Amino acid sequence: MADLTPEEIKHHVKTYVIVFVALAFLTIVTVAISYLDLGVGASVALALVVASVKGGLVASYFMHLIDEKVTIYWTLIVTVAMFLILMFLPLGNMLAQAKI
Amino acid sequence: MDIPYTVKDRPDTGLYNGKLGIWLFLASEVMLFGGLFSAYVFLRTGAESWPTGADILNVPLATLNTLFLITSSVTMVMSWASLKLKEFDKFKLYTGLTLLLATSFLVVKYFEYTAKFHHGLFPSTNSFLGIYFTLTGLHVLHIIGGMIVIFFFWMPGAKMWESDPDRFTNRIEIVGLYWHFVDLVWIFLFPVLYLL
Amino acid sequence: MSTDHHKESIWTKYIFSTDHKIIGLQYGITSLVWLLVGFTLMMIMRYQLAYPGNPVPIVGNLLGEGGIMPSEMYNSLGAMHGTIMIFLGVVPLAFGAFGNYFLPLQIGTIDMAFPKLNAASYWLYFVGSIVMVVGFFVPGGAANSGWTSYPPLSVTATMGQTVWLLGMVFLITSSLLGSVNILVTVIQLRAKGMTWMRLPIFVWTQFITAFLLLLAFPPLEAASVLQLMDRLVGTSFFMPSGLVVSGVVQNYTGGGSPLLWQHLFWFLAHPEVYVLILPAFGIITEVIANNTRKPIQGYKAMVYAMVFLGFMSFIVWAHHMYITGMGTSIGAFFQTTTMIISIPSVVILTTLFLSLWGGSIRFNTPMLFALGFIPMFGIGGLTGLPLGLAAADIHLHDTYYVIGHFHYVVAPGTIFALFAGIYYWFPKITGKRTNETLGKLHFFFSFIFMNGVFMPMFVQGLAGVSRRLWDGGEIYAHAADVLYLNEVMSISAWLLGLAQIFFIVNLIISLRGKKTGEMNPWGATTIDWTDTTSPPLGHGNFETVPTVYRGPYEYSVPGTDKDFTPQSEKG
Repeated sequence: MADLTPEEIKHHVKTYVIVFVALAFLTIVTVAISYLDLGVGASVALALVVASVKGGLVASYFMHLIDEKVTIYWTLIVTVAMFLILMFLPLGNMLAQAKI
Repeated sequence: MDIPYTVKDRPDTGLYNGKLGIWLFLASEVMLFGGLFSAYVFLRTGAESWPTGADILNVPLATLNTLFLITSSVTMVMSWASLKLKEFDKFKLYTGLTLLLATSFLVVKYFEYTAKFHHGLFPSTNSFLGIYFTLTGLHVLHIIGGMIVIFFFWMPGAKMWESDPDRFTNRIEIVGLYWHFVDLVWIFLFPVLYLL
Repeated sequence: MSTDHHKESIWTKYIFSTDHKIIGLQYGITSLVWLLVGFTLMMIMRYQLAYPGNPVPIVGNLLGEGGIMPSEMYNSLGAMHGTIMIFLGVVPLAFGAFGNYFLPLQIGTIDMAFPKLNAASYWLYFVGSIVMVVGFFVPGGAANSGWTSYPPLSVTATMGQTVWLLGMVFLITSSLLGSVNILVTVIQLRAKGMTWMRLPIFVWTQFITAFLLLLAFPPLEAASVLQLMDRLVGTSFFMPSGLVVSGVVQNYTGGGSPLLWQHLFWFLAHPEVYVLILPAFGIITEVIANNTRKPIQGYKAMVYAMVFLGFMSFIVWAHHMYITGMGTSIGAFFQTTTMIISIPSVVILTTLFLSLWGGSIRFNTPMLFALGFIPMFGIGGLTGLPLGLAAADIHLHDTYYVIGHFHYVVAPGTIFALFAGIYYWFPKITGKRTNETLGKLHFFFSFIFMNGVFMPMFVQGLAGVSRRLWDGGEIYAHAADVLYLNEVMSISAWLLGLAQIFFIVNLIISLRGKKTGEMNPWGATTIDWTDTTSPPLGHGNFETVPTVYRGPYEYSVPGTDKDFTPQSEKG
């Protein structure tokens, strides 16, 4: 990031504004969806998808992940893997509990 | 001798130390909030019944808060961009706005919490409220921590712009990364707690 | 970092130093003191186990009426022994002390990436350790729900448990900051020519350990926050509905899950055991290569095995929970991953063992501890196998067999490796030499008595004697035939304690000895030995920062006149 020219920064700024509008829009979308009666599975899935898109935009553009270096990507991939393990294995454990 | 790559990027990794450091720290933060999210999933799946967020919590206020935080993320990245463009006054403006938006978030949260307590709804009342207060409470602590650091760089720490502008710009970038992460956590907290 | 050598006060130069070597020494001294404290707690416990209900000599009056230890006190001693040894002793020594002091020297840099953060990590550890021990002085005494702090017991326990949780928050934060520092230092600050595959194994182990700590500790921090909420605010994250304690229905909201704590706890605590052993592997590798005068057999295999071990360590944790009513398919999953994770450990141990073949072995004190490590860790590892298989674990879980297993890996395992490291690196830190006779006596007596304490535990465990029994199993009929072993183990433990006097005396007289002026008395190849003075230069470590031209263990290179070729020597 130390080597960006002023023109490139100005271009980035335009991107930031577009992303902001997208995020605000998606916020409204996610609230609107919640008023629809879609059943648990679909509601959860949709909410997480929208949140992931929003999160992805923040990470990619505000956090500059989209042009970040390989080392950072690897750190995040490993972290996401561990996060998913933490999220799903205890749950899997509970769902598979022997019923006494 | 100075420690290398505090400002300049190391050629093979393309990173300066602080940037790698903050990303690693954020990785640990993902696991911290992950632990709490995992608890939420575990408790909710195992519960006989679970309230709908919208019935207990104030969705419009939280939506407003979401917009506050998203905007503060924009102002934060603009504050870094201003430094890259050598516009120190704009940096001051955008940083100040970030703090203002963050304060607004906290004010809304204050009203949310006190309203709950007023209605006799406490963390101990049920699992939903327990995890709600814990998740948002830890998030609030992270906001406050971030605000303290941002304030430091807005006011006393801004001196470094005179002596070492590149290093100062990097520090703002690092603070910004932390701040965007705090926003990111809220982007997930909001639908999970309030809308599902 | 400032380059001006202005007058430093005692505060900035020593107490709040940001120099990695001073911080390493701070960690080292503090952790050795805590190891002694944790060991003493165990020696007291072992009196009760050998002679249940008898007044305990010397410290009896601190423990209870008439010098007799009440069961709650036994539980506190047990919980705090484990906590202190792991979190205040072994990890700070292996990672905080050795890592901080030697990692920058071995990779050829002047300090850690974030020196001020480094100092903060140390002081957070120091404060956290004090907070932990304050528990002994609050009403109800220190935490007494095991180092594992399982709810509902821990949530209903006395004030000491809250203190434990607060202490953990400090210690975890310290660890996280330390991990970030190590990772950035290794990735960013390696000297020119120090490629990944030229790193000493010691550095690899510190790097992987840092990753484990970074990703595994936060869920425990989250869980600690949840347990604090349960204890202080009345939430029921871990408290089930309808809990009855001693016939009294408890006034909790309920709806929580004790199993949730177990998952979050073991998500850390399993990788934690690899945190305990990896630095030990690193130290042992350095010592073996150096004292066989040949490269280790299988550098790449070791590196890949350790990286694989690191990843696998995150998906085996529920083997600590086989008896919680786990379904068979999930149980099968964790058994499979647990069996798979034994493979890299075997690769690593085999590499170390094979590295001895054809070596020109020097039997100095560090090498004796390294040689002792190999079979001891072997026993520890092998005895883990029945525990990893659910069918056998049903019989062995929470018995003395488990205690025997994990102590073999940590005590004559890791702690021997740490002793090896101290004897090996003492000349670098001080410029002086330790006394070999005292060192050998320390080793031989420690080796004998370690086995005396821990081998009988397998016998007791197989007989079904449970752990955490304040009377050592005295009231149980099934323990009757093996009860005599309690006295054997206790006497071994006290003699093991006496054997440490050789070590303490050795340190004292050696520190008071003369500097030898030798930079590299062991003839080592790594740049911590070859390119900096003993002790290393105060500011910046190196006269000139070295460039690296070769791998870390170029011993006995054919065609050269020395039996070692430094990493920094041009090809």
